[in-house]
Amino acid sequence: MSSWVRYDAKRGTIEPDPGRRSWSGPRDHPVLARRGLLLFLVPLSSMFALVVAAYVMRRQLGDWQPVPLPWQLWLSTALLVGSSLAFERARRAATSTASVDLRPGLLLAALLTVGFLGSQLWAWQVLLDRGYTLAGNPASSFVYLMSGLHALHLVGGLLAWLRARAALGRGEPEKARVVIRLCAVYWHFLLVVWLVLFGVLLLLA
Amino acid sequence: MAYVASADSHAHHEPRSFVTRYIWSQDHKVIAIQYSLTAIAVGLVALVLSGLMRIQLGFPDTDIVDASSYYQFMTLHGMIMVIYLLTALFLGGFGNYLIPLMVGARDMVFPYLNMLSYWFYLLSVVVLMASFFVPGGPTGAGWTLYPPQAITGGTPGADWGIITMLVSLAIFIVAATAGGLNYVTTVLQARTRGMTLMRMPLTVWGIFIASIMALLAFPALFVAAVMMILDSLLGTSFFMPAVIAMGQQLPHEGGSPLLFQHLFWFFGHPEVYIVALPAFGLVSDLISTHARKNIFGYHMMVWAIVIIGGLSFFVWAHHMYVSGMNLSFGFFFAISTLIIAVPTAIKVYNWILTLWKGDIHLTVPMLFAIGFILTFVVGGLTGLFLGNVVVDIPLADTYFVVAHFHMVMGVAPILVVFGAIYHWFPKITGRMMNDTLGHLHFWITFLGTYAIYFPMHYLGILGMPRRYYAYEDYEFIPQSAHDLNTFITVMALLVGFAQVLFLWNMFWSALRGREAGPNPWNATSLEWQTPETPPKHGNWGETLPEVYRWAYDYNVPGAPRDFIPQNQPHDEPQPSDPASGHAREKPS
Repeated sequence: MSSWVRYDAKRGTIEPDPGRRSWSGPRDHPVLARRGLLLFLVPLSSMFALVVAAYVMRRQLGDWQPVPLPWQLWLSTALLVGSSLAFERARRAATSTASVDLRPGLLLAALLTVGFLGSQLWAWQVLLDRGYTLAGNPASSFVYLMSGLHALHLVGGLLAWLRARAALGRGEPEKARVVIRLCAVYWHFLLVVWLVLFGVLLLLA
Repeated sequence: MAYVASADSHAHHEPRSFVTRYIWSQDHKVIAIQYSLTAIAVGLVALVLSGLMRIQLGFPDTDIVDASSYYQFMTLHGMIMVIYLLTALFLGGFGNYLIPLMVGARDMVFPYLNMLSYWFYLLSVVVLMASFFVPGGPTGAGWTLYPPQAITGGTPGADWGIITMLVSLAIFIVAATAGGLNYVTTVLQARTRGMTLMRMPLTVWGIFIASIMALLAFPALFVAAVMMILDSLLGTSFFMPAVIAMGQQLPHEGGSPLLFQHLFWFFGHPEVYIVALPAFGLVSDLISTHARKNIFGYHMMVWAIVIIGGLSFFVWAHHMYVSGMNLSFGFFFAISTLIIAVPTAIKVYNWILTLWKGDIHLTVPMLFAIGFILTFVVGGLTGLFLGNVVVDIPLADTYFVVAHFHMVMGVAPILVVFGAIYHWFPKITGRMMNDTLGHLHFWITFLGTYAIYFPMHYLGILGMPRRYYAYEDYEFIPQSAHDLNTFITVMALLVGFAQVLFLWNMFWSALRGREAGPNPWNATSLEWQTPETPPKHGNWGETLPEVYRWAYDYNVPGAPRDFIPQNQPHDEPQPSDPASGHAREKPS
């Protein structure tokens, strides 16, 4: 780290450390889109991490009443793992040079995702039937908040899925391939988030 | 998912119609102007609110403002100034305008997302302004919105005002996230050939690091807003403890108000630096350009920005000393707060060393830059008082704090805003702003703000509490303090009205100002080397510029002029650089 500026008479500049250069050329759009998405995962991680931090802080107060989690959440987890795997298959198909029909893979991924959302709603219903309402006690509020925020982000992902499907329908497979690759990354991310949230709810009940 | 990006090609065609060019524009320069004008407009609302509050404090007999309105005005004034004016103007305004031009890109990498960012911002402003018209008016919870009182009956706007406030904040955060993704990706991915990270102007560094911080810190406010909306509308108890209000037991039980404070300040303190770091960057460039001298310790300046950005995530609880906390917790945050003064002081010394023996041109931007250094030092020094737990506790709820944060977070950044507008206005419009009006505006604003905030330090040490609506019947407040309050109000109104000079100058000069030419300040950085002024769509004409040097080659010994633009090649072409001087753009 040079803090003093030296004058390089040969180059006619007073720049410190001149001459170091790295430039890998203009980026193409798919690369930019993927890096943009990866960057978007940063604020999302921050948000979910803060929810978990809030959960942990609240749990340490004396009056914490744990919520027994319904078995439906395990079903949801399995469905989400399935949809993530289905997207991974679709992504591999989309990145390979062979021209395969991407539609069945996409449909499977979406069905598993919708199944996950349905299973989450089922779990909510079970919780409500047992008397754990949203406003009931802080622990159950957190269960709804965590699963709800996660589900909303998955719904946002389904909008991107619609774009991929629409691009396929219009006969623009190149565009669809880009979106599918982005979707796969996003789904894997949300799977990890769900595993963390579920783990926190299970282990730190 | 908007990924229709074209940082380096003419892939998106120049918009033709008025609507696509100026309204639904995806051009970063138009979006920057939209952001800036919206921020200035909403800032004027906040300025008027502060004037009304000052009238109440200085002339309590006038009865213009009642107690509820006072708290509502105070809340809205703080929130608008910090978030909707300063954050939006530095990131959405200057960030949008300067990043692509300074790094040599044609536009942001995600222009569509950029457009969405502005429209979400405008929507958040509209929702915020709508809170003046909902039943009960805007929230009066104070700009920190602490529960339980923020959503408990008796606080002005506890029913609807707080909801519009929180919803508006959530929308703003969406806008800031969309913008931040763009700024960071553009800086990392769309720099032109030769523009290494360590050649970027400090303006870009400041906005870049502030954008990363915004991406990490704003989610805290988002989570807090969502949880408070749930508390208020659906009866959850995240933040609401069992409370008896107005003789009634509220339905809440078991929430933790401290949890909100932690979330809020985990956002709130980085927010201070989200505003300050772009200001640091901009002022570095103003000082270097108008002192005709390279910035002292460029690498130190960059690393100081990075270190301040990192440290600012570990100081948040110094806003909560009076909330009650573990002693060692307070010790930790006092120490980290004092440590952050070190890189900040490095920056101040480097600005002063840049000025030292410089060829100082006392232009209007330079006056504002020097005014910033003085104000920032004053505000920073009082920060050292408040950073210590034992000193903070008696001072925390007094005017000393008001004086401190207005100096360091209000006046200092706004002086940079003015300086930067006077500096870049010729590039944005092609015309100079009027110099006489600029000088007048500077001296009234600069001296006036000192007349306003210096006496407040005294009032604070006297023990005058802040956030009070009226001070008439307190034994310990002498008549002299009331007189001082009247004086402060007169000065505040004077400074407030003086801003008309600036607005008049800005709009009149945009239409009738003297023609500026492409580079009126003889500056080195890329935005002054565009083929047209103001830059056209795509910024650079046929070929992207190529960068051969840093942005601070001022008064290079042996050079024919006192500045060398960044895109001027070296006299001897380097053998390692095979095709220097030629266009090397990928055909679109």
